[in-house]
This record gives sequence, C-alpha cells and structure tokens, in this order.
Amino acid sequence: MFSIPLQSRLPRTYRIKKIKQETEMVRTYTFDGSLGARPGQFLMLWLPGIDEKPFSVAFDNGAETKVTFFAVGPMSEALAACKVGDLVGLRGPFGTSYEWKPGQHIALVAGGYGAAPMYFVAAETVHHGCTLEVFVGAKSKDHLLYLEELESLPHVSLHVSTNDGSMGFKGFNVQQLEKMLEVCEHSGKGKRKGKEDMDAMDQVFACGPEMMLKAVSELTARYKIPSQLSLERYMKCGYGLCGSCVVDPLGIRLCTEGPVVKNDACVKIEEFGKYHRDALGKKHQF
Amino acid sequence: MNLAQTILGVPFTNPIVLASGIMGITSASWKLMAKHGAGGITTKSLWLKEHKGHKNPTIISTEHWTLNAVGVPDAGPEKAREEVGDFMKSHPVPLIANIIAESVDAYAETAEAILPLKPDFLEVNISCPNVEDEFGKPFACSAPAAAAATKAVKKVSGKTPVFIKLSPNVDSIAAIATACADAGADGFTVINTVGPGMAIDLRSRMPILANKVGGLSGPGIKPIAVKCVADVYAATGGNLPIIGTGGICTGEDALEIMLAGASLVGIGTAIGDRGMDVFNSICEEMQLWCTNEGVDNVSDLVGGMHRELASRIGPKENRKSMII
Repeated sequence: MFSIPLQSRLPRTYRIKKIKQETEMVRTYTFDGSLGARPGQFLMLWLPGIDEKPFSVAFDNGAETKVTFFAVGPMSEALAACKVGDLVGLRGPFGTSYEWKPGQHIALVAGGYGAAPMYFVAAETVHHGCTLEVFVGAKSKDHLLYLEELESLPHVSLHVSTNDGSMGFKGFNVQQLEKMLEVCEHSGKGKRKGKEDMDAMDQVFACGPEMMLKAVSELTARYKIPSQLSLERYMKCGYGLCGSCVVDPLGIRLCTEGPVVKNDACVKIEEFGKYHRDALGKKHQF
Repeated sequence: MNLAQTILGVPFTNPIVLASGIMGITSASWKLMAKHGAGGITTKSLWLKEHKGHKNPTIISTEHWTLNAVGVPDAGPEKAREEVGDFMKSHPVPLIANIIAESVDAYAETAEAILPLKPDFLEVNISCPNVEDEFGKPFACSAPAAAAATKAVKKVSGKTPVFIKLSPNVDSIAAIATACADAGADGFTVINTVGPGMAIDLRSRMPILANKVGGLSGPGIKPIAVKCVADVYAATGGNLPIIGTGGICTGEDALEIMLAGASLVGIGTAIGDRGMDVFNSICEEMQLWCTNEGVDNVSDLVGGMHRELASRIGPKENRKSMII
C-alpha cells in the first residue's frame, strides 16, 4: 500500500575515503559507501554537531559516493576542513533524476559546480549510447571543473566558455548552446530536422546558477526542445514533508517533484529566476 | 455514503485535514493539498514576530518513526497576511490557522494579529515539545497554564472557534482538556508529537537532531493518539469537536480515531510515506469501508466506541473507566 522510495531518511555516517582539491575553493570527497543515487538526485549531508544541507551527488557507482562542493558558507567551510577518515552523515538519495532514452543526442549545460552532477549524467548516458554536447561554463579558467573527466568519455563534444575569456569561448555557455540550436533544430512535434552536419538535438539538461537555468528554460522553450533543469531551494527534510522547498504557484516540492524538473513545469513556476525562500519561509529576490 | 460534515458552522467536504507543521508554509502548498483531497488545511504555527527554528538535521525518519525538531520557524505576521490572504481569495477548503506564542499575553496578541485574516478556526499550539530550551515546559503540560492561554485567546477570538492543541506527554490529558474546556475552548486538536525522543549515530556517537531531541510521530504513535482522543472526548462529554491526529495513515486508521471521538482527522507524517495523494486515498478507503459496512454518514461514527461501551456496561462506569 505504501510507496516509500528506496532511500534512507536517517543519516548514516561514512568515512571520507579520498579528497580531491578541484580548484582553490572546490573539493570532491569520495565516501566509502553507496546510496544508489541516480544522476540529478541529491543527498542530505550531515556534519555531526554542525549542520546538514542538501548536496548534488557528483557520482555514485554502487560502491562509492562522490560529492563536489564549493566552500561558500559556514557548513561547507567546516566540510572543507575535514580530512580523509573523518565521518560524514549521508541520507538519501532524494528527488527526481534526469531521464533519457538510449541513443539520444543530448546537450548538457553546466554552470560553475553544476559540472559535477553533469559529469555523472554524462557517464551514465554515454553508457546508453547517447552522444553529448557538453557546455561547461565558469567565471574563469581557474573555476572550470571536470573538464578532464568529461573529455575522457566517448561520444562527448566539449564546449568550454568563461566569462573573462581565459579559456574557450568568451561569454556564457547558454550563448554557445543557442548557436548550436540555431543549426540543429527540433520541430517539437516528433519530426526532427537537422541542418548542416549537426544531428537533431533530442533534449537539453542543465545544472547551475538559477539565472543560467532561466536562460536555458527560455531558450529551449523558444526552440521547442524538451529540457530538464536542476532547481535548488532551501531544504530540511528532503522527502516532501516540511514544505520548505515548495515553489509558487504550483506548490510542488523541489525535494520530491524536483530537483530535476521538466521545462513544461519550470515555465509555470512564477518564482523561477525571481525569488526563493529562506529557512523561515521569507522571500528573497535573486 | 457521505463524508461531509459541518463542524461549528464550518462545512467540511471530508474529515481529512492537513495537520499543522507539514507542507504548511505557503498558500501554493495549501492549495495543492486541497487539490489532492484535503478536506481542510492547518497552517504551520504562526508567531507574532519572526522566529528562527533549529539547525538541520530537523526531520529524520525510518519506516517505524519520524523525529522532528524543526523548532517552529516563521517569518511573522506579514508573511501570514500574504499567504493566508492569498489562500482565502479562493478558499477551496476551510483554513485552520495555527498560532503559537511564548506567553499568555502573546497568545492573545498573536490571535488578534491573525483573526482579521478570517480563518475558519484558530488552533492554539500550546504543546510543541521542541522549544523547551527557549521557553520552558509547554503550556499544555499544566492545567492552569493551558487554561490561561485558552482564556486569553477566547477573550479576543469573537465568533471564530478556538481549538486547543494538546500534548500527549502529560499525566492526565483529560484534566488538561477539562481545564481548557472550562476556560472556553471550542474544540481540541489531539495530539501533538510524543516524547520527545532521541536518535544517536553509532560511529560518531552524536545525537542526530541538531536540537538533540525531537517530537515523535508516524504510524507507531497512533495507539497513543487514539487513547488521548478517547480520554478528551470522555472528559468533555463528547460535546466539543476534536481534530484527531497522530500516526494516521489509512482510511481504517481515520475511522478508528473517529470512533474514539474525533470529528476531523489530521494527516502529517503519512504524506512522506503515501505522497500528497494520501488525502484522496484515505477518503476512498473510508468510503469503501463505510459502504461495505452500511454506514451512510461518517459523522455517525464519531465517538462510536463510547456509545458502544455505554450500551454494554452503562454510561456511568464507562465515563469512569475512560478517565484515568
């Protein structure tokens, strides 16, 4: 009668097995266990005595779990101070994951540390015979993540952009995506037509800052290409009870009906790209 | 088969309402619960001023239990005006505004701030087990304190019915209910969470909740909720409506707590297990059971256990046996 998804709602502590310093502020931790996460899902990461927050799963191969994080606030700074062997609580996996069909041609748009979960998606989709156009964007060369890992995968064309032009295209990854969509149309009615040498694009996945997601949402709606976006809101329970992450005016919970939301629903979220709520439910503009 | 009832002048299309604290922060959330079949909505507790909750972890669970120490965060009356105001524009189902405060006077002031929004009922949370460090023992743990809070709210509440939300963590919930009834309570919500309880992580040897302890909910507390509803119903002679809540997951659970004396039934933790459609599912299960058993109106079941006991052992002894 009950439909409890396969997830742990009680944290269990795992040891940090490996630490990789990705950039000055970004680290990847490998934990000695798997939660069985799918690409796009998140977990709640608990530092005993400090705090617990949602983090995207950067990788889960059934034996190990990876989390890539940016040391930006008190919790992630405390996390950054951890060493190999330290205990960290994990519960989950929570939420929706990216969905694809074998053999699809998919554009992945990754902004900032959104590159980590996008690598997880890439690794799984190429395994299913998909071909990928991966648009990785960051402020500058020093902030680009997962380029080597993405390049090591087959059937992946990498498109790098930086705001300051220190590597790749100077500008935003969404501008590069638009250039590609111009030569690679989708009729939106099942019949696809490709122009020039580019195969038709089946769908677009995006993970990154909200304003980037908003741009991807508008762009893919305009080109009538299905897209799936990873949205983020303040979370407490992670499994649809507390109501902290519901969005106006749909009332859907980004921990359960998200974080990966199809653009058909994203365009109906009025607060998308405008405001978000804090732990008290108070609105803050982007 | 009819699930509809009118409680203190307010029509409910079905008895299954969203309990306070769950999915209760925004109007969009309340409307979605109504769309999924909730017969009424209870807001998360509203404060007179902005109130910070506890740090995470605040909510954890297993298949057996849920522990929470969210700590009643709220942005204050301005947000309440915006969200309740938006909900009341379409008013798809009755709205129960849950209020909380740290003192008797503040309960009255909070009620005064919320009443202009015209909620159908006020529910007074005097029983939160998660803010003890801040405010001491809940009002619901002492008959005089519970009565004082009730009286203060009743003084300003006018025609809006006032439900007092009681704690199961007391020697005699019947005595507390009687004191509140004498102070003018129009109804009760029974129960708030049980405990508090604690969960410890083995490897780190640390309590998991940031608040260390939290209120217990989920299927396992249903027998306590049923007993408390039965006690409150008996103590008040079945004259005051009760919103029965605590561990209710299925239509049969809902019918059981109605037999104990609940007119309305609150759903909280079950949303995590059965999804948002739990409201529709429970209503369908109640319909099916009632149809099979030849019950025409679900309201006929309210307090049914007490009538059954009375018919077997006589009303006087029954009352005595129910009040412990």
